[in-house]
Amino acid sequence: MSRDRDLPTGKYLTMLKSLRRAGPPLLMLAPSLILVGVFVYGLIGANFQTSVTDNHTAAQATGREPSLLVWFQNYTDLLGTEAFQHSLTNLVLYTVVFLAGTMIMGFAWAWMLDKPIKGEGIFRSIYLFPMAVSFVASGVVWRWLLNSNQGENASGLNRLFQIVGLDFLQNNWWNNVTFGIIAISIPAIWQLSGYVMALFLAGFRGIPEELREAARMDGASEWKLYRHVLFPQLSPIALSALIIIGHMSLKAFDLIMSISKPANYQTKVPAVDMYVFKSSFDYANAAAVGSILLIIVALVIVPYLIRTNRQEKR
Amino acid sequence: MTTATTEPAAGAPTGTSGRPVELRPDGGKERFGVARSVRYLGLLLFVVIVMIPVYVLFVTSFKGAGDAAPSRAWSLPQTWTLDNWQTAWTSLSPAILRSLQMVIPAAAISAMLGSLNGFVLARWTFKGANLVFTLILFGMFIPYQAVMIPLTQLVLDLGVPSGIPTLILLHVVYGIPITTLIFRNYYLTLPHELIEAARVDGAGMLRTYWSVVLPISIPSFVVVLIWQFTNAWNDFLFAVFFSSSGNGPVTVALNNLANGALLQNYGVSMAGALFASLPTLVVYIILGKYFVGGLMSGSVKG
Repeated sequence: MSRDRDLPTGKYLTMLKSLRRAGPPLLMLAPSLILVGVFVYGLIGANFQTSVTDNHTAAQATGREPSLLVWFQNYTDLLGTEAFQHSLTNLVLYTVVFLAGTMIMGFAWAWMLDKPIKGEGIFRSIYLFPMAVSFVASGVVWRWLLNSNQGENASGLNRLFQIVGLDFLQNNWWNNVTFGIIAISIPAIWQLSGYVMALFLAGFRGIPEELREAARMDGASEWKLYRHVLFPQLSPIALSALIIIGHMSLKAFDLIMSISKPANYQTKVPAVDMYVFKSSFDYANAAAVGSILLIIVALVIVPYLIRTNRQEKR
Repeated sequence: MTTATTEPAAGAPTGTSGRPVELRPDGGKERFGVARSVRYLGLLLFVVIVMIPVYVLFVTSFKGAGDAAPSRAWSLPQTWTLDNWQTAWTSLSPAILRSLQMVIPAAAISAMLGSLNGFVLARWTFKGANLVFTLILFGMFIPYQAVMIPLTQLVLDLGVPSGIPTLILLHVVYGIPITTLIFRNYYLTLPHELIEAARVDGAGMLRTYWSVVLPISIPSFVVVLIWQFTNAWNDFLFAVFFSSSGNGPVTVALNNLANGALLQNYGVSMAGALFASLPTLVVYIILGKYFVGGLMSGSVKG
């Protein structure tokens, strides 16, 4: 094909040819392209359209009353309210703790399992199984574990701390106004550390033994081996893990809904706000929150996708 | 490769991971077992921590009213009872059935679409195929909150019955990116000659797909089916927006069971949580290897 392109007279022919070549595959992709085009890109556009109107009431939501264009009023209003700022702060706190927790646990487990050890498969399966459970189901048990009662009435983890003599660790978990959201990231870490472990373990196993050998031959210490050989090899995996866990974290919803209920101020995040707005037929604000979330996620994902795309071309 | 400089230690690794067992120079340190014992202790400690919620789920689900006191929170039941399990089953079994009716078609249809897309984008490419792939892939990462409001309207306009049919449609549509990704990555590993040979024989695209590619796609189909099964089964976001506990899947019913009642009955909710998790756990235990395969391809790598 590229040879044809060099011939000036072949231009028309080339177009025809590439059309003929692209025709069948595009036809095969068509159903998916239409679906993704409408349900992803079309709806993102429609959502944005709703978010710049004053569609705040049930009558407007059902189309009985007209909605007027108010441009970015909803966005500025939202970002200006203390309640939504609290949601955004919560989101940041939750994401930081969730990311740090899963990365540290995942790496530690992978590191311990990397060298041959008996029962590796069993350890791996146990660390990984929480991933197969839904957030809603794990929320049931974590709601019990993170019960805020202390002292005589304590159950859950607070009671366990008493039993093992760590009474000072007792706290009111997700009922804490400032840091309550961090309590919700504990079950999230419990569920997804195994996933990060699996990624890192694959990374460890992908490092050619010769590399480690060569470094040892050169007299590199264990630390230097990690610093200069293993960490650089693992960094693409770490990036993937960060992106995947990070974007999951930004969408946090299920766990909060099942542990602390949507109306709970302490643990609200944008995704929960969106649900609350939707439930009260405030479609404009619901849509605005959705768009804000999309922008936050896109800031992380788009560069990553472009980078991956470029790497593949090389 | 490595030359073994030390004798194998007693109870040497048996290579359960299928990775060739090699003795490394630092194996000498491990021979005395100090480092290894520390490692074992660490691993076991984490097993205990990870299993705490499982202990609570099981123990609480068998407890009766006599165990309600907070002081008995971590003890075994005084008398083991199946009452909670019966109550949970009665209230969840219709929803579990609906979940099955939802995930099976959803997983099957999105696997088919993903396989076709993956084949085209990996092996029957055209100019701009990479861009198309990236545009599809973006759909995997979007927060669904950003489409939810117009989506409710669109589903109404399309006239899809609410509840399970709507959820099947949504799981198929929003499953396209990940299933396409998994199949594409798999097809990229196939040898070039395979497809070229078919082409040289004059086979068209569909023919090549049907008689050459599809028959060797079984491993990917297993991975994708498990992935979609688990995802759709565990989904709560779409379920809570597009169904109620009367016509929705088990996640919505479980959430209502656990949070709806005035008096929280943890015994019943925990039995319910176990019921609701059973199918995905069974899949995980039986087909764990493929489950991990899906996890791996979740990280976008060419």
